[in-house]
Amino acid sequence: MAQIFSPRSNVQAKVIIVATILLVCAGGWLTSAVWWSPYTTYVNVPFDQPVPFSHQHHVAGLGIDCRYCHTSVETSSFAGIPATETCMTCHSQLWTEALLLAPVRASLTSNTSLKWTRVYDLPDFAYFDHSIHVRKGVGCSTCHGRVDQMPITWKTQTLYMKWCLECHRAPQNYLRPQNEIYHMAWHPSKDQTALGRQLIAQNHIDTSGRLTNCSTCHR
Amino acid sequence: MNTNPSGAMHEYWRSLEERARTPEFERWLHAEFPAAAEEWVSEIHRRDFLRLMGASVALAGLGACTKQPLEKIAPYVKQPEQIVPGKPLHFATATTFVGYAQGIVVTSHEGRPTKIEGNPEHPASLGATTVWAQADVLDLYDPDRAQAITKAGQISTWDDFLPELNLALERQQQTGGSGLRILTQTITSPTLGRQLADFAKKFPNARWHQWDPMTRQNIHIATGSGEHIYNVAAASVIVSFNSDFLYLHPAALRYAREFASARQVRQVKGARMNRLYVAEPTPTITGASADHRIAVAARDIEMIAATLAQGLGLVEGIDPTLLADPIPKWIKAAARDLSANQGRSMVIAGETQPPAVHLLVQKINHHLGNIGRTILPGRQVVANPLDQTESVRALIRDMNNGAVDLLFIIGGNPVFDAPVDLAFATALGRAKLCVHHSLHTNETSLACHWHIPAAHFLESWSDALAFDGTPTIIQPLIDPLYAGVTAHELIEAVIRQPVRSAFEIVRESWRTAKPSLDFDFDWRRALNHGVVPQASEEAIAASIQTGQSRALNQSGLEILFRPDPNILDGRYANNSWLQEMPQPFTKICWDNAAIVSPQLAKQEALKTGDVVELEFRGKKIAAPVWIQPGQSENSVTLHFGNGRKEAGRVGRNVGFNAYELRTADALWFGEGLTLRKTGSKHEFATTQHHHAIEGRHMFRAGTLAQFSTDPNFASRMTEVPKRNETLYNPDEFKNAGYAWGMVIDLNACIGCNACTIACQAENNIPVVGKYQVSVGREMQWIRIDSYYNGSAEAPELNHQPVPCMHCEHAPCELVCPVGATVHDDEGLNLQVYNRCVGTRYCSNNCPYKVRRFNFFELNSKLSASEKLGKNPDVTVRSRGVMEKCTYCLQRINAARHVAELDHNRSIRDGEVMPACAQACPTEAIIFGDINNSNSRVSEFKRSPLNYGMLAELNTRPRTTYLAKLRNPNPELASL
Amino acid sequence: MSAGIIPPDEQVRTRLSPLGYPSNLLGPRVTYADVNESISSIVLCDRAPAQWWVGFAVAFALLMIFFLAVSWLLIRGIGIWGVNIPVAWGFAIVNFVWWIGIGHAGTFISAILLLMFQNWRTAINRLAEAMTLFAVACAGLMPLLHLGRPWVFFWLLPYPDTMGMWPQFRSPLVWDVFAVGTYFTVSILFWFLGLVPDLATIRDRARRVWQKKLYGFLALGWRNSADHWQRHQTAYLLLAGLATPLVLSVHSVVSLDFAVAQLPGWHSTIFPPYFVAGAIYSGFAMVLNIVIPVRKIYHLENLITERYLNNMANVMFATGLMVSYGYFIEAFMSWYSGDIFEQYMMTNRAFGPYGWIFWVLMLCNVLVPQTLWSRRIRCNPFPLFIVAFFVNVGMWIERFVIVVTSLHRDFIPSSWGSYAPTLWDWATLFGSVGLFLMLLFLFIRFLPMISISESRELVAEPAKANAL
Repeated sequence: MAQIFSPRSNVQAKVIIVATILLVCAGGWLTSAVWWSPYTTYVNVPFDQPVPFSHQHHVAGLGIDCRYCHTSVETSSFAGIPATETCMTCHSQLWTEALLLAPVRASLTSNTSLKWTRVYDLPDFAYFDHSIHVRKGVGCSTCHGRVDQMPITWKTQTLYMKWCLECHRAPQNYLRPQNEIYHMAWHPSKDQTALGRQLIAQNHIDTSGRLTNCSTCHR
Repeated sequence: MNTNPSGAMHEYWRSLEERARTPEFERWLHAEFPAAAEEWVSEIHRRDFLRLMGASVALAGLGACTKQPLEKIAPYVKQPEQIVPGKPLHFATATTFVGYAQGIVVTSHEGRPTKIEGNPEHPASLGATTVWAQADVLDLYDPDRAQAITKAGQISTWDDFLPELNLALERQQQTGGSGLRILTQTITSPTLGRQLADFAKKFPNARWHQWDPMTRQNIHIATGSGEHIYNVAAASVIVSFNSDFLYLHPAALRYAREFASARQVRQVKGARMNRLYVAEPTPTITGASADHRIAVAARDIEMIAATLAQGLGLVEGIDPTLLADPIPKWIKAAARDLSANQGRSMVIAGETQPPAVHLLVQKINHHLGNIGRTILPGRQVVANPLDQTESVRALIRDMNNGAVDLLFIIGGNPVFDAPVDLAFATALGRAKLCVHHSLHTNETSLACHWHIPAAHFLESWSDALAFDGTPTIIQPLIDPLYAGVTAHELIEAVIRQPVRSAFEIVRESWRTAKPSLDFDFDWRRALNHGVVPQASEEAIAASIQTGQSRALNQSGLEILFRPDPNILDGRYANNSWLQEMPQPFTKICWDNAAIVSPQLAKQEALKTGDVVELEFRGKKIAAPVWIQPGQSENSVTLHFGNGRKEAGRVGRNVGFNAYELRTADALWFGEGLTLRKTGSKHEFATTQHHHAIEGRHMFRAGTLAQFSTDPNFASRMTEVPKRNETLYNPDEFKNAGYAWGMVIDLNACIGCNACTIACQAENNIPVVGKYQVSVGREMQWIRIDSYYNGSAEAPELNHQPVPCMHCEHAPCELVCPVGATVHDDEGLNLQVYNRCVGTRYCSNNCPYKVRRFNFFELNSKLSASEKLGKNPDVTVRSRGVMEKCTYCLQRINAARHVAELDHNRSIRDGEVMPACAQACPTEAIIFGDINNSNSRVSEFKRSPLNYGMLAELNTRPRTTYLAKLRNPNPELASL
Repeated sequence: MSAGIIPPDEQVRTRLSPLGYPSNLLGPRVTYADVNESISSIVLCDRAPAQWWVGFAVAFALLMIFFLAVSWLLIRGIGIWGVNIPVAWGFAIVNFVWWIGIGHAGTFISAILLLMFQNWRTAINRLAEAMTLFAVACAGLMPLLHLGRPWVFFWLLPYPDTMGMWPQFRSPLVWDVFAVGTYFTVSILFWFLGLVPDLATIRDRARRVWQKKLYGFLALGWRNSADHWQRHQTAYLLLAGLATPLVLSVHSVVSLDFAVAQLPGWHSTIFPPYFVAGAIYSGFAMVLNIVIPVRKIYHLENLITERYLNNMANVMFATGLMVSYGYFIEAFMSWYSGDIFEQYMMTNRAFGPYGWIFWVLMLCNVLVPQTLWSRRIRCNPFPLFIVAFFVNVGMWIERFVIVVTSLHRDFIPSSWGSYAPTLWDWATLFGSVGLFLMLLFLFIRFLPMISISESRELVAEPAKANAL
């Protein structure tokens, strides 16, 4: 009786089988790729802001300390976003006519807040406290990166739980001395682990495992 | 009451049908809940349905793959000095109970009041709070509050109101205000008092009337304006004639604290307890705490008091044999106990009893030499105390005669709650112009021409006096959310214009009242502390008159009117936390009932849920019956406050309106009630309706005598496995560092529900509504189980608060497939909402059934204002996740950070206080670090009374109980 | 093709085993042609019989109800069901255990009987395996729908996630995921492997091109060559070997969902064997409920002879007795334990609010099957169908009793509650039945429901067919 399939179909069959397997793998890879891509994590993605504020200019250029604007970083869970007033302390004198700063002046005159887009935005079920991290020796740049080199601010970390745990599991790799906390250029040296161990002791950091308890961040 | 010496043999049971095991009860048990589709099915239209359907299918697939939406962040324009973003502030102010101040400290997050705690410095609070104080914050954010000034229902403004007001006032000027009336509730505000005095000066012919459905006039009439102050702690014998001084009383929080402190027993050495005798018609929180409680008709209490007085040789000519057993025995024992404790005892009568009883009680206390020792004469607290029934009667008379041109109703809801026989509503129609000032638009508002929305007390400047006359300045934490004005401003508008702000009015009134060298300093100190330091003013010597006691009343059905234990006289009707609060004993939510005694039910063949027609003084209403053990045989209790027609979305048409029977001559109780079965049925929503304790040992109790002979009776009742009896590593959790634990002292707990509502407020716990409660989906994290013990007629009433036990071997943790419920190193049993997938396996395996599940998205319909009230330190749970008590983890972490930022010191004992423990008036809940042997909680756990509920399951609960002790009078073993 | 084959002996029809049971696995004078024709014609005919259309319509309607119920569930949440605290598990879990149980017969028949050289699996194994797949598919859906947040079900799988978390391997629910997953995979392989030669037959007999192409594609170029057969048989046996332990493991694991918990009525060591027995019990009941009507409608009496019915009835009966023993031991242990919670649970189960359901269970699973003592019932399709139906209902009720009556009154009386299914619960139950039937009818229509090749073996070796 007549052949239904051409001889080629043997090859086709094999190809199909292999292809299906590859497709499944590819699917898995794609998902994780998207998950870790800036598209999802916003890492290295600058946001449109009402005012194109440049940390580079203010920190590197003018040498303003982080705490000048982020006032509550040492006392509160929230580091604080400067009030319009704070901007105007200088900008009532400098660049008073600058077009870029129009929204700031408007905010002050109309007494309405500037609406910044949040760059570092943890989900609401994760409770992060700046004051305790700063006190225990976690520096700004460890999570926020070299903001002094950012003409406009972007995220340098995914803020995925896995990433948090890296430090909560092994703080010694990230801690720095108190006087270096606000130092942008600081980076771990060769003997970081030794230093870290020492800081752990000196800052009473509980490495018995409590840091990785769910209750540390979730309530 | 038969306190079986073994204690173990108690047969606890919860409801009468259970006790009686009637076939009806079995049938009712079998009866399945209406399996109809949910209410909301009707809400949703076909199109939406299909749309949602599509959406949901997408959701199901992609729900997990959506990326986080961008958020905006809006800094201040000008940063307020005080506010550090992320750090809450606390302000002292006061709430009021029937006009009396109770000091509170309010937590504010970025200017949003979120939580109310007691003010330790305030005599009426001592750091504790009532359920109503806890729920006040919800009222503040109630989206159903009156939001705009209205004229005949049309939105108007203050500026439109003033001209019309002035026009009316001009006419009154000529007549000296003969057509001008003001109707207020009970007021203790000195400022408002002074304003009304000025008002009287300006309009000499005007009248100030008062009506408060929870009036304490009986006491004021008897004592001549002042109320006694009781030193409960100093009394070793207490006799209460239908006084709920532990719950429904301006000083309840203080008295409860003192009462419990005089009963606290931890070790055999020096164990002593006071003894409480209670005679009351219907079970109350106070009655439940009694060592000897008799259920008697309210009308008989006067006779009983008189007989007691006779027993002490104060009056003659009373025939005790008129009283049915066991009353005479009770009186005899009480009398002997009292005379044995002269100067160390107290007798107290409730506001629902006629003045005569109060006079008798005063006599007895004098005779016993208690005055000046356990009882201090009070000072006048209420501004212008008077017979409010007569007062409102007079007002209505004037209105009917057309003599009232201009009427101000400051607060309250007389159309709804004034004595029904006086027909307030119809009279109100004859008043030419009436202005109503209240928080919500209620029945009265609709009957008035103008309605002025009141500012919530958290939005207002004002002041108020505590039961002992201690003043508190009420300060606002937030600008009025709506167009609310304070009573001060409204009255000011009547006496002088331009109207000053409430701040100026209050401050001025204090500057004039208490001039001082540095007023600003005193003022600020008063605000900081929440109390104004008092130079001890002259107290009003209690006037001793002799009341003639009437003969015993004839039998027949008696009707009792009592404020609803949840929503009081109806002022909290729109408060969902209180509506959903399981009422003491009955555990009814979202409802009220005609409470009848088992005996009456038997005689009338009534079952719980039967709807009966009640006829009283020619008025009729239909009400569902609830059979309540411990109810006096021929008394039917109605709780007034529900059945609101014009409340918000929460309070409308909940329960029935008992005011429709409440007449001026029977404010609290009256005779001549007839009851007829209608045959229709009513479904109550109760959080625990039924079931015996089945010989189990959840609740353990004994007597003081038993304890002193056999201290370990409680812990012996079950066998607890050794620590290493487990397949897993017994030291899996090292519990080094802090080890959090809790003790609940059943001896102190009075079952007031404060913990339940405090927890609800602290932890963003949603309400679910009557239907969901009826199908067993209530959400409260700490519940109060109540068990009866003994006969149906005279049962012991017991309470047991049940939060999460935070088991060291937690059954829930083992079965969660995703590790959403796990242990932390400090022994907390955690529930990680964002990890939970909702298998509900943990709840199945929790022997305590303390876990609660979000069967729906319960926070989706929140109004903008309600969102403001949420606690930012606690995750708002979404649909499909399990939740439960966390020991207030957020507070532990906050304390930890404070301690570590403070030179890495360790957390001090008492520095972490869970919401339930903080609210508890009797300090029945003790929390702390059990690794620290000096902590209070460790000390409590060392007591021989300490036992773990179901510890025989080897769960090793961190929450343990101290068994309850009673101190019965040996003479009354049988009672 | 049938030339040269000795037709089965005339006696075969009346041939009875010494015990008086029907012993022939083939009807009289069944030839290769008969086998090929009678089976493949069902697939290749242009019009399905009216009965098929009726059944299909019913199944379709139920399936639509299922979709409705599921959508509404995803929109609103678990609250549309009757579940509550304390009864946090309801119909979904009951259905899950029920369907998984039903699934067991397939593997039992195809794998275990194969390894034991039981030829009376020949005509029913294909149907049974198909039934297994579809039942497991229904079962697999239930725990997903039952989740409070179904869209994060994959957190039960171990994979490297962004949270640095793994499932909690102590939890029986995680074991379930693996057990059911494995079971489904192996079953589907086993089923398809068995199909291949038959698909080739269909391919060769098909007249339409699309049929040739379709079945040809699925037949994977099967040419009936000796080495094809040799490999096929090896693979088939290996898979059977793999599947056999699964028959025991899957339902044991499912039973651990309950046994691991400490709830009175769940916390019991007898559960694994007792659940497996129950599973095979309900499985065979379901096979009977499917085979009997199919046999009638498609006139397959010659291929599915009375002996099949009799044997299946026997197995069903035997497992039924084991289950009854389980009930007895459960009651005995709760009394013997002396544990007040256990004792109360048992009395409450029998005489509490849900007592009546317990007695219905006894009727369905213990009393009715006693009729199977009689051969007349076992070999008589109609009564046998009724009995099997009772068993299926009974086994569903058994799971209901275990889940609900244990939960609704556990340790602390104050938190005792009750459970009442809502319309949506019922919709989900019958909807899943719809899904099952839907798949089944499609299978009957488009795939050979009886193994052609194996039936031909019986024709070839009458000895086998009539072996005792």
